[in-house]
Amino acid sequence: MSAPTPAPHPAIGAAGLNDPVHARALLWQMIRIRRFEEKCAELYSSGRIRGFLHLYIGEEAIAAGAMPALRATDHVLATYREHGHALARGVPAGAIMAEMYGKQEGCSGGRGGSMHLFDADRHFFGGSAIVAGALPLAVGFALADRLRHDDRITACFFGDGAVAEGEFHESLNLAALWQLPVLFLCENNYYAMGTALDRAQSQTDLAAKAGSYRLATESVDGMDVVAVARATEAAVDYVRSGQGPMFLEYRTYRFRAHSMFDPERYRDSTEVEQWKQRCPIETFARDAVATGLLEASSREDIVGEVDQEIAEAIDFAEAGTWESPATLSRDVYARAVPAGGATTDREAQP
Amino acid sequence: MNTRTLPYREALREGLREALQRDPRVFLMGEDVGRYGGTYAVSHGLLEEFGEARIRDTPLCESTFTGAGIGAALNGMRPIVEIMTVNFSLLALDQIMNNAATLRHMSGGQLGVPLVIRMTTGGGRQLAAQHSHSLEGWYAHIPGLRIVTPATHEDARGMLLTALEDPDPVLIFEHALLLGVEGPVEGPPHPVDIDQAAVRRAGSQVSLVTYGGMLHKTLEAAARLAEEGIDAEVLDLRTLRPLDDTAIMTSLRKTHRAVVVDEGWRSGSLAAEIIARINEQAFFELDAPPMRVCSQEVPVPYARHLEEAAIPQAEDIIAAVHQLFG
Repeated sequence: MSAPTPAPHPAIGAAGLNDPVHARALLWQMIRIRRFEEKCAELYSSGRIRGFLHLYIGEEAIAAGAMPALRATDHVLATYREHGHALARGVPAGAIMAEMYGKQEGCSGGRGGSMHLFDADRHFFGGSAIVAGALPLAVGFALADRLRHDDRITACFFGDGAVAEGEFHESLNLAALWQLPVLFLCENNYYAMGTALDRAQSQTDLAAKAGSYRLATESVDGMDVVAVARATEAAVDYVRSGQGPMFLEYRTYRFRAHSMFDPERYRDSTEVEQWKQRCPIETFARDAVATGLLEASSREDIVGEVDQEIAEAIDFAEAGTWESPATLSRDVYARAVPAGGATTDREAQP
Repeated sequence: MNTRTLPYREALREGLREALQRDPRVFLMGEDVGRYGGTYAVSHGLLEEFGEARIRDTPLCESTFTGAGIGAALNGMRPIVEIMTVNFSLLALDQIMNNAATLRHMSGGQLGVPLVIRMTTGGGRQLAAQHSHSLEGWYAHIPGLRIVTPATHEDARGMLLTALEDPDPVLIFEHALLLGVEGPVEGPPHPVDIDQAAVRRAGSQVSLVTYGGMLHKTLEAAARLAEEGIDAEVLDLRTLRPLDDTAIMTSLRKTHRAVVVDEGWRSGSLAAEIIARINEQAFFELDAPPMRVCSQEVPVPYARHLEEAAIPQAEDIIAAVHQLFG
């Protein structure tokens, strides 16, 4: 057995909320991400989306719970499994879908695809497909804010796989050494692609590992959206207060394959089924209704709302246009550099 | 204008000091740039002058401090990252290639990385095979980067200032053998053009195309060739990406012969690229096949005589020219 069997542990769950508007917003965001990605999988099968497609299904409580804790001016960096983060950050669903289609109306102009969603206006900096590659950038974002005496913070999402990379260790060390306002958000789904955590890490307690760099750490149940929200709010407050960086681990599980090319030989279906019993949407919806926070009909209403939005996003992507190959070399440099050399005409941007 | 003479490393320092004074967004970050005074004493005194916030000693983590430079550049600063030596930059190659060079295009033009990375390059100091290579040609392969190689003292201080005005990442390769060499500068530091190659010695019979540390050996070779009655033109490329094709072809149309002098290894070298462009753009101007003088294809060895044999010397350049006129 590689991933721990999900043990019953003190969950906050819907019982920790008393605001029906908040409860509905959390459920709405989780269902929105789930339905969006289920549609992406369909569109992949039908060939509308190509490349790699890494689904977040099972992990929605993290993006839905964590993102509202950040200010619009804070910086967010994420991985190649970032559809949920982009949606929760407010990147329009249509722009994300158009990006997956490769259309120029996409949030990266069709140059990035599923793994490279960017939205500079929303301080959403992708979309990195080099595992741990965004952590040094996050350190630099925070360093810039520190040098300007700005109270913005930088939130960097990454998976348990990143913890094995040198850049994880270098980045935590540097952020802690310089006391920078970085929030390291580790989505531990127990598998780095097909390699289980205990087959990759000598120390599987990732918070303990991170703590050796002398920064604050916390681990939280990533299947419990309220626990995620509470822990993230506290972590954001801590980092913004200038006490240095923090490492927050969300313990979660990916219900689907790593990507669309994954035959899932590395884990057994009983493990997957056990985790599915803790589906963040199912458990939260059930609890919220049971405690009277939400009407029984809420979930159905939300599905209707998000399906409408997703249908519009698909229409937007379908109606999108292909960039002409004539402008292929645009945006390699800010100023155009003619192919083949001399730089006499650097001002002309096609 | 008052002309002064100073060592190359001090010209680099003048550029750094001017950059730090001009723009509060500029800061210098790297291994031993502060308290130690710079591995090669380039940044000596800057910590005392500008303080720890702007002269930042980092741990030994090339990938992360380079990536942090990229992040700070994305977030409005104008960082200068110093990597101790070109071989160590390979530890940061992921960040340089996968982030700095890529983010503008991959984000559909939303992001830009106005970062400057400086590093020493080249052999000649008996530092063997992990401190002596010339990998600027590799970096010149990467779209999204600008590669500059200051060979003169004016370029040593001026190219940094121009690079900091660039909205895209610029890598500056400073040849280690030049650091102690004295040379002239005029007046205070100022940005210099980095779009165009420069004719360092006008000539009519052969174009010697080179850059960086090889410029001086090439000028020496040209002087000796002149004694034999061969009038060589020496073109300093200055920028390796993008290449100034116009300057190369203009020189070639004058001389009709070309030798490219490049400290990189021969196979897949920048010299190979330049000769390909000559063949594409000026083939019928040629009176002889273009030649190249490159490093031998071995890891640079320690022993002095072996290192000298591995790296192009003035004699090798002269021999190549003789072949052309053979």
